Amino acid sequence: MSVYIQGISCISPQRSFLSEGLSGEPVNYDTPWLSCIEPVYKEHINPTLARRLSRYIKMGVTTALTALKDAGIEMPQAVITGTGLGSTEDNEKILLAMYENQERMINPTHFIQSTHNTISSQIAIMLKCHDYNNTYVHRGFSFESALLDGMLLIAEGKSETALVGGVDAVTEGHYINYARINRWRANTNGSLRMITDKGAGVVPGEGSAHFLIGKEKSPNTCACIKSLELIYKPASSAQVIERCNRMLAENGLTPADIDLVISGNNGDTTNDFFYQEVSGQLFPDKATAYFKHLCGEYETAGAFALWLAASILKTHQIPDGILQRGVVASPLKNILIYNHHRGDQHSLYLLTAVL
Amino acid sequence: MGTRVFITGTGIFSSIGRGVDETLASMVNGKTGIAPIRILETVHRDFPVAEIPFTDAELLALTGLSKDLPLTRTTLIAYIALKEALASAGIQQTGDERTGFISATTVGGMDKKETFYPEAATSQEWLKYIDTQDVAAHTEALADLFGFRGFITTASTACSSGANALMLGARMIKQGLLDRVVAGGNECLTRFHLNGFNSLMILDKEPCKPFDQHRAGITLGEGAGYLVLESEEMVRKEGKKVLCELTGYGNSCEAFHPTASSPDGVGAYLAMQEALKIAGLQPADIDYINAHGTGTDSNDISEGMAIQRLFGEHVPPVSSTKPFTGHTTSAAGSIEAILCTLALQEGLLFPNLNWKTQMTDLNFAPVTKLTKQALKHVMSNSFGFGGNNTSIILSKY
Amino acid sequence: MTEQELIDKLRLEIIQQLNLEDQKPEDIDPDAPLFGEGLGLDSIDALEIMVLLEKNYGIKIEDPKEGKKIFFSLRTLAQFILEKQQA
Repeated sequence: MSVYIQGISCISPQRSFLSEGLSGEPVNYDTPWLSCIEPVYKEHINPTLARRLSRYIKMGVTTALTALKDAGIEMPQAVITGTGLGSTEDNEKILLAMYENQERMINPTHFIQSTHNTISSQIAIMLKCHDYNNTYVHRGFSFESALLDGMLLIAEGKSETALVGGVDAVTEGHYINYARINRWRANTNGSLRMITDKGAGVVPGEGSAHFLIGKEKSPNTCACIKSLELIYKPASSAQVIERCNRMLAENGLTPADIDLVISGNNGDTTNDFFYQEVSGQLFPDKATAYFKHLCGEYETAGAFALWLAASILKTHQIPDGILQRGVVASPLKNILIYNHHRGDQHSLYLLTAVL
Repeated sequence: MGTRVFITGTGIFSSIGRGVDETLASMVNGKTGIAPIRILETVHRDFPVAEIPFTDAELLALTGLSKDLPLTRTTLIAYIALKEALASAGIQQTGDERTGFISATTVGGMDKKETFYPEAATSQEWLKYIDTQDVAAHTEALADLFGFRGFITTASTACSSGANALMLGARMIKQGLLDRVVAGGNECLTRFHLNGFNSLMILDKEPCKPFDQHRAGITLGEGAGYLVLESEEMVRKEGKKVLCELTGYGNSCEAFHPTASSPDGVGAYLAMQEALKIAGLQPADIDYINAHGTGTDSNDISEGMAIQRLFGEHVPPVSSTKPFTGHTTSAAGSIEAILCTLALQEGLLFPNLNWKTQMTDLNFAPVTKLTKQALKHVMSNSFGFGGNNTSIILSKY
Repeated sequence: MTEQELIDKLRLEIIQQLNLEDQKPEDIDPDAPLFGEGLGLDSIDALEIMVLLEKNYGIKIEDPKEGKKIFFSLRTLAQFILEKQQA
């Protein structure tokens, strides 16, 4: 089920948008959550359409359209989105209106955008794309489900390309709600120190990343996704280790063949042990990079990691501030991403360079 | 073209019955679930709805689960349907890697969220439910209660969600990624989406009348439907009884407007066409279409035109069963697929209740009386906000 | 309130309700069609204007199809409101 990544785009709390890889020094945040550095959306979305779109939809549509441009393609053959929080912003507005106006005078715009498939829908409307369209909303599997679906479409021969994305945006309401159940960790010493300054809980972030994946290599192809594994609530890291070994073996590889591990550590003492144990067992001496100090913890952070990996393979450069240990082999051929969300939804991605 | 996919079990819970037997009895007796609002607390009591006639406390009692668990109405309804589906397929082990669970919903835990909203910052009781708000909360609650540990995900494409869950399950089995998938959708009624649909002015103050010239909109319903999909090999190996075969599926996007279908129904046309192609069938092979048929101006003309264009001279009997169950939104695709399995097994065409007047723009009228007819291939359509169109074909085995 | 005063008020309200950020109030021609051409609004905007009418003027439109005639232009909308207020 391998696919080529033909185009990429990412809006994140770092300087990632329309950039060949992360540019400049990593940006540090001392706010409760990491917020995206956002573009001027009017430059990418027709203002008449953009005017009513809530923030997360604008983020998603923008990375979708720019990923297509990056791939040099006008029309994808499928549009699939993953989002963990979905239309939280619009939902909150409806709830407020229902409460303030006793269920009267509800703005239809917010309801229309309250179904979580709005990003996939808006992309299709803007492109007039009648092809396969889907949306997955499943916490730390949201983006991975979308990607798996895209890879499946290509393997089935149904589509030659698929525009796949992962989008999440924090709202104040969401932060306040989950603060009540101690989901968060205070960003006391700045986001760049979240992993080293361990503690219980996570520092939240957000982002939007899209990928035009395809059956064929194209001049813009930057990487090949060889495999994607999803593991739900593994009883221990042993299960993750076993699946990782199996995935590598299916691709004729062993852990020794991995040149760079991108690991989703976020400093959460509750769940980071998975990363430590998997890394300790399989990749003790391998070059390892972290990414969550750049984007924060959120349901579709895997999409940021994939963007990072793809841009590393595209530019042949490791950006500043991500490598934790080891020396990256040159030429860089095989990258493994291991990420989980709250210890419940684990994913493994195997990428290879396209030479 | 990959392994065949069989339906070996179904579980359903809606306003017309708890379980397959009660549901079939309602369909055969023309008994609708649409009635004045009884359970949902809302100011809009002039809209009829198809509620499951149990309060949350009564639903909890039916499940036998602990009241200490944070269970939303969504999860309670889904639990009951899922339990039946697993029992009907004779499934005892669910935890292996090759068994998947794909659920679908849109409102998720909104029933609790809207109840606690004004006091969300201070309510102690709300603390228990905070992590049930999102769409996946019910999927994982059910996965953990029933022991699913393989592939798990949640589709969320509004009114086509349930059908998309089925379609993904079928495709994963066909491609050899999984041997068995339990798939379906659910939705409970909430003030949130009742008010939302009302803001679009597409709710009927009378029970809906799909495909009627004087139709005036949707009647909302609630419910859950789950189907057990198994590969050919699993069926043979375990000697499973087969209810029917999932032979075709198609997904397309209207790409026209966030909430309306295009007048010529291009999305519906493409989804149905794709389903026929996957099934290796011609339009003339379809014996019955369970239409999406919501009763809105937009859907019924769009779907009707698409059916005429695709089926030409061979428009099969068509009906919408939403006058029975109401529009169960994210559950519609799977609930109506289960109604299609019943249609196939019993050889019955279900009527399109409340229909009186021919639509002047269409040249077919829906089935209006329960009709005995041997059926081989039936099609079920589900079209959602955002222009998500999905069509499923089920065939007699 | 005169028709012209109401038109000027509606210009600002519509820009805000429909999020027409780049639209200058004085550029909305009171006699140009609001929907299709002219301002290029769509069916969702029509529903939003109905919410505005109820919120700001206490006028409830029951049938969305009625809206099409009332909302032809800013002027027809203003005239409709004044008629309702005088009734």
